[in-house]
Amino acid sequence: MMKAHDLVSMNQAKDAAGADHFRSQQHIRKLWTMPFVLAIVAVVALGVLSLLIGAYNVRGQPDGINMIFITRIPRTAALMLTGAAMSMSGLVMQLITQNRLVEPTTTGTIEWSGLGLLCVYLIFPAPSLALRMAGAILFSFTGTMIFFLLLRRVKLRSSLIVPIMGMMLGAVISAISTFIGLVFNMTQNIETWFVGSFAPVQIGRYEYLWLIVLIAVLIFLYADRLTLAGLGEDIATNLGVNYNRIVLLGTGLISFGVGVVAAVIGNLPFLGLIVPNIVSMYRGDDLRSNLPWVCLLGMGILTLCDIISRTIIKPFEVPVSLILGVMGSVVFIVILLKQRRLK
Amino acid sequence: MRELASPHPGSLEVTFHPQHRSATAFPSKEEERRYWLLLVTFIALGVLASYGLLMYNNPVPVDSPSFLPVVRRRMTALVAMLIAAVCQSLSTVTFQTITHNRLITPSLLGFEALYATIHTSTMFFFGVGTFISYSGVESFIFQVVMMVLLSLILYGWLLSGKYGNLQLMLLVGIIIGTGLRSVSSFMRRLLAPSEFDILQARLFASVNHSDASFFPLAIPIVCVAAFLLFARSKNLNVISLGKDIATSLGVNHQHSLLFTLTLVSLLMAVSTALVGPLTFYGFLVATLSYQATRTYDHRYLFPMALAIGFLMITGAYFLMYHVFSAQGVVSVIIELFGGIAFIMVVLRKGTL
Repeated sequence: MMKAHDLVSMNQAKDAAGADHFRSQQHIRKLWTMPFVLAIVAVVALGVLSLLIGAYNVRGQPDGINMIFITRIPRTAALMLTGAAMSMSGLVMQLITQNRLVEPTTTGTIEWSGLGLLCVYLIFPAPSLALRMAGAILFSFTGTMIFFLLLRRVKLRSSLIVPIMGMMLGAVISAISTFIGLVFNMTQNIETWFVGSFAPVQIGRYEYLWLIVLIAVLIFLYADRLTLAGLGEDIATNLGVNYNRIVLLGTGLISFGVGVVAAVIGNLPFLGLIVPNIVSMYRGDDLRSNLPWVCLLGMGILTLCDIISRTIIKPFEVPVSLILGVMGSVVFIVILLKQRRLK
Repeated sequence: MRELASPHPGSLEVTFHPQHRSATAFPSKEEERRYWLLLVTFIALGVLASYGLLMYNNPVPVDSPSFLPVVRRRMTALVAMLIAAVCQSLSTVTFQTITHNRLITPSLLGFEALYATIHTSTMFFFGVGTFISYSGVESFIFQVVMMVLLSLILYGWLLSGKYGNLQLMLLVGIIIGTGLRSVSSFMRRLLAPSEFDILQARLFASVNHSDASFFPLAIPIVCVAAFLLFARSKNLNVISLGKDIATSLGVNHQHSLLFTLTLVSLLMAVSTALVGPLTFYGFLVATLSYQATRTYDHRYLFPMALAIGFLMITGAYFLMYHVFSAQGVVSVIIELFGGIAFIMVVLRKGTL
């Protein structure tokens, strides 16, 4: 511990300086500003673009209008909902852990929900979507709780070690999944699941994603309390918040969002990390006024990535998680390096 | 710190007793005796397991002239295990020392992602013909050089200078690994199924697929790197005290760090190119060697790690092949146990 002493103080100083830096920037409380309206327009434009792009020529064919209702609208809606869900869960997770580098990919939550899906496939021969979802939600809740409890129990030397440990824990869980998969001959299920793609989304297959609206409403309602919980247990308790209950609620909401997305779409790496970081770089750390921005940016980025994934090797498409993985890792590294300059 | 963490109240008493004080690496004579006993036992068991791997279910007797040709395939696997054990155990112990963290392993730096990317992009950009002809010694050299080069760029860039930070480097390494994995799996999506099949066989490297033609090259590299690490044991002992103390004791911290990390990445690169990715095997070996060696001295830690690493991999293969007849899952099982050990250590340790 002594060896890491300089590291600790260094990092604390860095964090404090970073926080000051962020806080000193402009504080816009008003939501309906010009940039926000522009952002909405941009996201709507992306949505319209997403409706128009695809292998099937909807304008030339007589049944084109049906096609729009069967796949294009569901796909665009799914993109919007998923983008909002993943970026909001990242934001809430970062608040609860007081660590900017935490999100479902870097805490092992995704791997846990994968394990949950696998277990459901094992227990039930042909599970329905609701069953798969329940398994994914249950396991990601357990996994996230375990990680949070671990974080509260152990002493941290540096904020950077949290994502490292989370990813190692994720690797442990995926080793378990691989083992189970090998024993029961189901490695292929894991493999196909692990790349998130919006290609199979069509009417009748994505409706559970609308549950995300419920999560969003709940997060908006509890935004202030979650912000207080983000100040730490002592301060939150002092300010009259039942800390444990709020953390439990936050974790429940995150796991619900991640579980639904995992069961319907698959793994979407880094979205929950880059979106809240970009937003708080410009707007500071108030959850309630940031939430609309986080949702919007998440929708925008995911839709953009999906459009890229659909057009890059036309008329085929690549899973969007690959595009996200490449772009997300670049943005993540830029964020990391930028943080180190802010020292 | 070690004494405080040690669960042996008996050894504590002995340590503080004036008559038993000594300048050796071990707190007491019993500990030293225990160390040698364990080391000899592990080596003996390792040799026994490798003898079993060679001889068990083998109809040809050792003195027969056809013995060597017959066991050649088993020999290849055994040598690959030995190389993997040396690479993984030495590099993990060293890496944990220089990062001052006994929970992380050098495989975090994304070697296997780079390995997959090199192979996939060869197939993707140059086609099947090049891919098949691109094997043997040159490709091995190329892979190792690429992996070492990337890690050197990473270390040099993130460790030196005003903002040098070890953990930041680790995190960037992990993220680059994730990004590379996405890139290579993106390219794999675009391959024709026949190309994909050929590639797939190459990507799932294991002890049994390892190519004996790499040995004349891999063995000298591993020997030199291992020798250099052994020779630097005392330097590592000083580095493990922390940057400030090491500097005031006259060690050029930055320089040693870069040099040692280069050796680590060399070992990891050879191991990855030879037997494929192993994440928690090194962690398991290192953790067990700390338990078996009650000293911080790397002159004692390294041999123990080697013995445990070799015993673990040969023992696991022997048990899985001949007792449970579950071939093909050996590495998965080692990884699984390593992962479980990892969780237990994190929970017990209380510090990240």
